[in-house]
Amino acid sequence: MRFLLFVLKRLGRLLLTVLLISTIVFFVIRVIPGDPALVIAGVDASKEDLAAIRAKLGTDRPIGAQYLSWLTAVARFDFGKSLSTGQPVTRMIFERFPLTLTLALLGLAISIVLAIPLGILSAVRRWSVWDYLGMVFSQVGMAVPSFWLGILLLLLFAVKIRLFPLFGSGSIRHLVLPAVSLGFARAAVLLRLTRASMVEELSREYIVTARAKGLTERMVKYRHALKNAMLPLVTMAGIQLGYMLGGAVIIEQVFSLPGLGRLFLTGVYQRDFSLIQGGIVFIALVFSLINFAVDILYSALNPKIRMG
Amino acid sequence: MAGLIEIRDMSKRHYQRGLLSRAQGGVLAVDRVSFSIEKGSVFGLVGESGCGKTTLARALLFLDPPTSGEVLFDGTRLGGLSLRELRERRRRMQIVFQDPNSALDPKMRVRDSMEEGLRNLRVPKLERERRVRKLLELVGIPSEHASGYPHEFSGGQKQRIVVARALTMDPEFLVLDEPVSNLDVSIQAQIVNLLLDLKQELSLTYLFISHDLHLVAFLSDGIGVMYQGRLVELAPTGEIMARPVHPYTLKLFASVPGFAEGASGAEGASGAEGAGPAPGKDSPAARGCPYFASCARGDLACTRVEPRLIDIGGGHMVACIKEIASADADLAHSLEGGKR
Amino acid sequence: MAETTNGALLDVRDLAVEFDSRGGAPARALRGIDLSIARGEIRGLVGESGSGKTVTSTCVMGLLPTPPARITAGEVLFKGRNLLALSAEERRRVRGREIAMVFQEPSRYLNPAFRIGTQITEMLELHLGMRKAEAFTRATELARLVGLGGERKVLASYPHELSGGMKQRAMIAMAICCNPSLLIADEPTTALDVTLQLQILRLILRLRESFGMGILFISHDLRLVRIVADSVSVIYAGKIIESAPREELFRSPLHPYTRLLLLSIPAARNRGARLRVIPGRVPDAQAVPAGCAFHPRCPLAEELCARVMPESREHGLGHAAGGHAIACHFVEKKWPD
Repeated sequence: MRFLLFVLKRLGRLLLTVLLISTIVFFVIRVIPGDPALVIAGVDASKEDLAAIRAKLGTDRPIGAQYLSWLTAVARFDFGKSLSTGQPVTRMIFERFPLTLTLALLGLAISIVLAIPLGILSAVRRWSVWDYLGMVFSQVGMAVPSFWLGILLLLLFAVKIRLFPLFGSGSIRHLVLPAVSLGFARAAVLLRLTRASMVEELSREYIVTARAKGLTERMVKYRHALKNAMLPLVTMAGIQLGYMLGGAVIIEQVFSLPGLGRLFLTGVYQRDFSLIQGGIVFIALVFSLINFAVDILYSALNPKIRMG
Repeated sequence: MAGLIEIRDMSKRHYQRGLLSRAQGGVLAVDRVSFSIEKGSVFGLVGESGCGKTTLARALLFLDPPTSGEVLFDGTRLGGLSLRELRERRRRMQIVFQDPNSALDPKMRVRDSMEEGLRNLRVPKLERERRVRKLLELVGIPSEHASGYPHEFSGGQKQRIVVARALTMDPEFLVLDEPVSNLDVSIQAQIVNLLLDLKQELSLTYLFISHDLHLVAFLSDGIGVMYQGRLVELAPTGEIMARPVHPYTLKLFASVPGFAEGASGAEGASGAEGAGPAPGKDSPAARGCPYFASCARGDLACTRVEPRLIDIGGGHMVACIKEIASADADLAHSLEGGKR
Repeated sequence: MAETTNGALLDVRDLAVEFDSRGGAPARALRGIDLSIARGEIRGLVGESGSGKTVTSTCVMGLLPTPPARITAGEVLFKGRNLLALSAEERRRVRGREIAMVFQEPSRYLNPAFRIGTQITEMLELHLGMRKAEAFTRATELARLVGLGGERKVLASYPHELSGGMKQRAMIAMAICCNPSLLIADEPTTALDVTLQLQILRLILRLRESFGMGILFISHDLRLVRIVADSVSVIYAGKIIESAPREELFRSPLHPYTRLLLLSIPAARNRGARLRVIPGRVPDAQAVPAGCAFHPRCPLAEELCARVMPESREHGLGHAAGGHAIACHFVEKKWPD
């Protein structure tokens, strides 16, 4: 029962966030210099044309009315039509979202697979070969920009050795290199956190009890310590997913993937206001959903918080 | 007779975080407590964790002011004072806490820690140094060590420094909240003797809070027993030791080996253990005596009547309707016996 | 016919442990500890902080981290076997199964991520090879035995859902679940409220009755030890300076440290009088005074005390069942009171 209340509270927060973002977007767009009508019609359009476009866009109405219709649009998830392509923005977003999401998830998976085992090993065998390997890896990972890594990987595995395709989308093979370059840098942070978390748990008093109970070292480390150490990692993984989605923008450029990132980037270049608005709200929604899921997952795992 | 400290019907309500909690009423950490401390005496406050003794100490000093009731220091109501006037009074009331490590800033030299209060009072440098030196000597720390950092001292020494620091303000009243609990037995003895000497030399009045009943009984002239925010029994030390009355007091005394002979009647342990005393919520169901649930003598009447502290003679106050009734009956009986 | 170890369950002989400290003299935590516990005996180990009581218990358990710590001498005989000579794996099998430990602060020493029931059953499954159902039944019995009312609910709870007293009982249940012969209780009641202390002590006594286990009860509180122990050893600066049956120690303490310690405890009936104080403080393990470690603080100290470390000797009529041993040159000397 308390858990349900907790979930509802978090859901409420989510909706509040989206509302807030939508409002900010609305006002910011209107503050930015530049009249969308001019952009559409061109610099030397006639007054009548501009008025007509404004009427069509609805920018001639009072601001309150515009805001309200904006909010209703957000609620219905209808962001109007793209100013450049004329297509419904929502449709454009949903066409490309799966690719970006898959890329981000793959990136996260690679990150986890790389970081967590190595992090645990580093903590359990401190100052050993594994630990040094982990430290080097994390240093390198943090220093290397993902796009640089992306290009490097492309050169090596798509050009020199034709293991992976150079560009395009359509199969998982196209996503491997992008996912690796995305996941590699983030893995570094996750590794450090894993190591720190494990080290901290291993120094706790209940570990002494576990040993005093005659449990095997394996049970002590991989059952007792690990379960507690995992907690902060869950949160971090969730945050990482958010970064992956963000970082996907650059990677998509490097690998010429027709994903969401590229879409929005193009929209910004072209001053496609509908697209930009819709994009921002969508991203806000996705991030809020991720945070929400992380919160729920964390409290499900941490018995102390479950009670709200 | 008016004491140096008078507490009248003091209550302190704690609200938890969140908007909803305020509507629910929060938790009454201190519940209508009244007692007075005479000048030059030591008042001991005992009770288990969560009974509110620390909250009471903080409320008394207005560090965390009470939500209702009055505190009088030397006849003056602290609640009615302006901030400046309150600060002036507070100077004369100091507190020593349990953990010297958190009381002393590890990055400040000892002499700077000690001079801080004096500096705020704009005491000139020479005078400050003189006082700090004198006080350190008084507590047995060679003044050469004043330039050291806290971590260079032992636990016992740190606690002495904390005491000396409290004394820099030249207080009349000192609250000691578990001042020796963290220390070894032999160091405890040193600090206790120090406290006795200081009380003598500087004419101090103490409020001594501790879970160590022996120590409290050793030092105090009067003892108050707290349970779930309420004062359940209050008496001069000798009186309460010889004749503890409240069922909780009996249980408490019986749990401490070799303590009160008069408590031999009660059993310290009672079968299965439920949750320990939790801070009482002020809801209709929680009226009546807070100890009812664990009390061997309680009956339905105890849930309906609010026990107040009643004087049963010799300054001995008890908040228990059962014991008052039997004490009354005893008194009546003995009077009748005397009449015949 | 006298057995070599008098049938002692635990016999610690001349145990010495040092801790390496970076750039400096090693800390001599234990300088030759002699301690014995018979089956079914409760021995109190009393000392102030820094005296070595925790190092002793940790060493017996085999939990001493051997990089910084080094066992430089002595034996730890448990049921005749020297534990120090066993391999790490063999020692692990002894832990929990034959020698168990209860710690001071149950809130820190219990794993917050596992239910109480699981923390008990995992031991039963590991050491006694029980299956889940069997282990659960046994855990329920144990919970009842240690006085945890509402066993099913408690076993399904997480540590933070229980009160301090209940957590400690849960720890005790965990410790005794495999029926160990020796239980080490390291300040088990220090973190608890006064009214709970007595309950836990009574529980410990009950356990000794029911299971006949030997118990090493470690505490700094002499008053508690007096309730629960059969015999008491007093440790100072890594050495046992006095050891005697309980009442004898409290009624006629012989070693100056013991006597002063007892005098420095405030008792309600001595209200008003100043407490007897031991000047100075417990020496740092890195700088233990030569000769008798207590001599700088001892009112009886003479020149001999600074040179020669006194050996532990039986005092008076040594009975077969543990006499009164004391390590002091001048036991008979009159006090300058």
